[in-house]
Amino acid sequence: MNKNIQIIREESLRLLGHTALQIKEKILSREIQATELVGKLFEWIKDIEPNVQAFITVNEKEALEKASEVDKKIANRQKVGLLAGIPIAVKDNICTKNLTTTCASKILQNFIPPYDAFVVKRLKEEDAIIIGKTNLDEFAMGSSTENSGYKITRNPWNHECVPGGSSGGSAAAVAADFSFLALGSDTGGSVRQPAALCGVVGTKPTYGRVSRYGLIAFGSSLDQIGTFTKDVKDAALLLQVIAGNDLRDSTSAQVPVPDYLHGIDSGVKGLRIGIPKEYFAGGLNTEVSKAVKDALKLYEKLGATVVDISLPHTEYAVAVYYIVANAEASSNLARYDGVKYGYRTGESRGIIDMYCRTRSEGFGNEVKRRIMLGNYALSSGYYDAYYLKASKVRNLIKNDFDFAFGRVDCIICPTSPVPAFKIGERANNPLEMYLSDIYTIPANLAGIPGISIPCGFSETGLPIGMQILAKHFEEKKILQIAYAFERETDFHLKKPPLKSSSV
Amino acid sequence: MEYEVVIGLETHAELATIAKLFCGCSTKFGAEPNTHVCPICLGMPGVLPVMNKKAFEYALKAAVALDCEINRFTNFDRKSYYYPDLPKNYQISQNYYNLGIDGHMDMFVNGSIKMVRIHNVHLEEEAGKLIHPEEPGANYSLVDFNRAGVPLLEIVSYPDMRTVDEVESYMQTVRKILLYTEVSDCKMQEGSLRFEASISLRKKGTDKLGNRVEIKNLNSMKSVIKAIEYEAMRQSELLDRGETIDRETRLWDEVGEKSQRMRSKEESQDYRYFPEPDLLPVLIDEKWLSEVKNSIPELPLARKQRFIEAFKLSDYDASILTEEKVLADFFEECVKILDRPKAFSNWIINDLLREVKDRKLDISNLPIKPGQLAALVEIIEKGTISSTIAKEVFSEMIQTGKEPQKIVEEKGMAQISDEGLIESVIDKVIAVNPSVIEDYKKGKKNALAFLVGQVMKETKGKANPKIVNELLIQKVGS
Repeated sequence: MNKNIQIIREESLRLLGHTALQIKEKILSREIQATELVGKLFEWIKDIEPNVQAFITVNEKEALEKASEVDKKIANRQKVGLLAGIPIAVKDNICTKNLTTTCASKILQNFIPPYDAFVVKRLKEEDAIIIGKTNLDEFAMGSSTENSGYKITRNPWNHECVPGGSSGGSAAAVAADFSFLALGSDTGGSVRQPAALCGVVGTKPTYGRVSRYGLIAFGSSLDQIGTFTKDVKDAALLLQVIAGNDLRDSTSAQVPVPDYLHGIDSGVKGLRIGIPKEYFAGGLNTEVSKAVKDALKLYEKLGATVVDISLPHTEYAVAVYYIVANAEASSNLARYDGVKYGYRTGESRGIIDMYCRTRSEGFGNEVKRRIMLGNYALSSGYYDAYYLKASKVRNLIKNDFDFAFGRVDCIICPTSPVPAFKIGERANNPLEMYLSDIYTIPANLAGIPGISIPCGFSETGLPIGMQILAKHFEEKKILQIAYAFERETDFHLKKPPLKSSSV
Repeated sequence: MEYEVVIGLETHAELATIAKLFCGCSTKFGAEPNTHVCPICLGMPGVLPVMNKKAFEYALKAAVALDCEINRFTNFDRKSYYYPDLPKNYQISQNYYNLGIDGHMDMFVNGSIKMVRIHNVHLEEEAGKLIHPEEPGANYSLVDFNRAGVPLLEIVSYPDMRTVDEVESYMQTVRKILLYTEVSDCKMQEGSLRFEASISLRKKGTDKLGNRVEIKNLNSMKSVIKAIEYEAMRQSELLDRGETIDRETRLWDEVGEKSQRMRSKEESQDYRYFPEPDLLPVLIDEKWLSEVKNSIPELPLARKQRFIEAFKLSDYDASILTEEKVLADFFEECVKILDRPKAFSNWIINDLLREVKDRKLDISNLPIKPGQLAALVEIIEKGTISSTIAKEVFSEMIQTGKEPQKIVEEKGMAQISDEGLIESVIDKVIAVNPSVIEDYKKGKKNALAFLVGQVMKETKGKANPKIVNELLIQKVGS
């Protein structure tokens, strides 16, 4: 590599390697201008992205415009938002006004929403800079981002591995320093699992904490928008911006939003941490198990007590999830029919033929599989045996957590049973793929918040994530617990070995 | 063979809210296609429904008015089927916990009261409308989503009706209740009130229900009746020939006055109902329910009974006056101003309704106000105008909306009660009609009426007929 380029690269990396809070300080103190930052960021993206493939759409022009607007505000000493000048990537299933939103599906390939999602509106209000839309498994259905209708995203730590999914593009973008922050969505682990596999912090708030308005629905009773950040404090910052009641989402909660950063360093002294025995059973990779157990030892050293607990209905979680999520998905995806927007087949004979061809051509295999499973579970004669039964078991899973949280303050467990797996390794075995989310799914079924933070590396250098769960609306507690670990460790500071696409 | 016809009706009524059920778009009828739409009612990706509280309350009001048991826990379900006018390809409706269940409605049929049980009352969203191009060979259709998302009330009856008279009365009574409770404008011509019928036949004297046939596309009450008559005939012919009735859905062809199979039971759709996860269940507490109960006005049947008793009206008059809530309200307003119920009843039934019919007036927006009709009745009583002139004044009032006194003044229609003036006219009439006087004196009593007529003619109908009569008799002797 040319020595000059090498120096520029290292400079860029140093700058882009900062956290959002650090870079915000530099922007506010005018040490760096937002336009300069965004310029460097896009140079970096252009250099590295071909090897990662995190984005479906990059938003360079609009990002630069917004950056110069922020610079002007700062120069004129005008009031700026909480995310002033901070670049952020948004998962491509969250609607952005006048910016293509595809859900990584061919069926929405030219869909340009005439509205912003609630969270996007909040980002704009707080002066964040939206740099692009990230790749995902089509309609967020998957755990590897291999199901995208457009491209396969690679894990920045090892390009032969998946970044996890479905928010793989957002996780990879933050891991590769393409973005300081990113938004994802988590229906069964789609934020936490890729965060774990990419070595970043992934937060799934309580169901109802963040408005779903503008998030393209997959499983409406499970979907929740979450965050990807480089550390826990950034997670607190971003959650602060997107949390809160929204009148356009009837399921969004009217619970006041606390100051998440305030007291984040309160520590874990006297805290009771529950360890569910069901989560450390068969199928768990030994390196992952060891990393999480080491983390628990550290928590004990910091003054917490570790308590063995049981979540007895855990074994049903994956089955319940695939009935509820697919049933809802089969209905949510019915609107993509070629009549109103998105893809429509070229030629057809009559309306039924048009529907069939449009949907056959527009959806990928995993989406079709889930639509069929979901419709089956809702069919007359099967509703009671599948959907209704699953809803009842879902309640039992909720009760497990309620009972556990009567005894402990939080639950700690692995985020994913394995570190990042190879691209193609699980692609032809949907059941094995579905087990990637075995530890993350229960939180969605119960609606409770969870976070995944880096807690180690495998021998081959792949990140390992640990999950912290707590009661509904206890995001603040989760952040405190996560931060207590993070400030004692340096797993979150490690950077992946990224290769320039020009060599 | 003799059969009993068993009929049930499904009623769809658009609720009279300003905004749609789940978004802020207008519900106004007749706008340019696709102008009352937004991402929510177009079912665009990522949007969410938010319940219109007013619409829910209207539905609740209707359920209470139909004597339903109210589910204190009610929620919404998705009903899935593919149709281009249904933006999400599912309709947000209710299936597992309907707002109201097990209600009933009393109605008047051929002079006696009959009760029909209501299976359920629920709230759902309206679909859009397909527009098929008129040019021959066109290979496309257009969709207008203005109507999509308008709140729709569905009332499902039990199969409790046996005759078309009962069906007719059911439709009229439901309509009246919805109008009285002011939850729907019930304009059938705009599609805001629609009916679907299900019909089965069984041998007289047996209990077991026959296979049911549902009939759709009934655009008026008249078509409902015709379609039922047609279907009863069709089924009885089939049964007489020893054939069986297929459970199916048929479409009524208004022009051809016959029905055609739309789909059989085997092709019937599986709606795959499941609870709508985007809306929260609605819990109805005692306070809310009693508020709604208190807001229900006196319903038509009760009001009619009161009119008969309080105002000494005939059964017939009371029926007509209570037919439309606005009309009954109009009547009561008049009586409040001037206690002459019989006079108002006559004016409204004979004159006002004739004008409404002739001039195709909108009954809820009449050009004449109760105070004006009361003023008219008052000046008749005072003798300012005769009842013949009053008809002219009334007609003028309808056309111009002017006060009756003003019309009388402007047109010089006031009655002549000046005896001297009348006498001079009488003298003139007597002078030119000697032979009539002769006839009268010979005992031809109706000759007097001729003379009165002549006097009225001379005075352009303004002479006080009572005075004319008296003076004439005085003059020509009795």
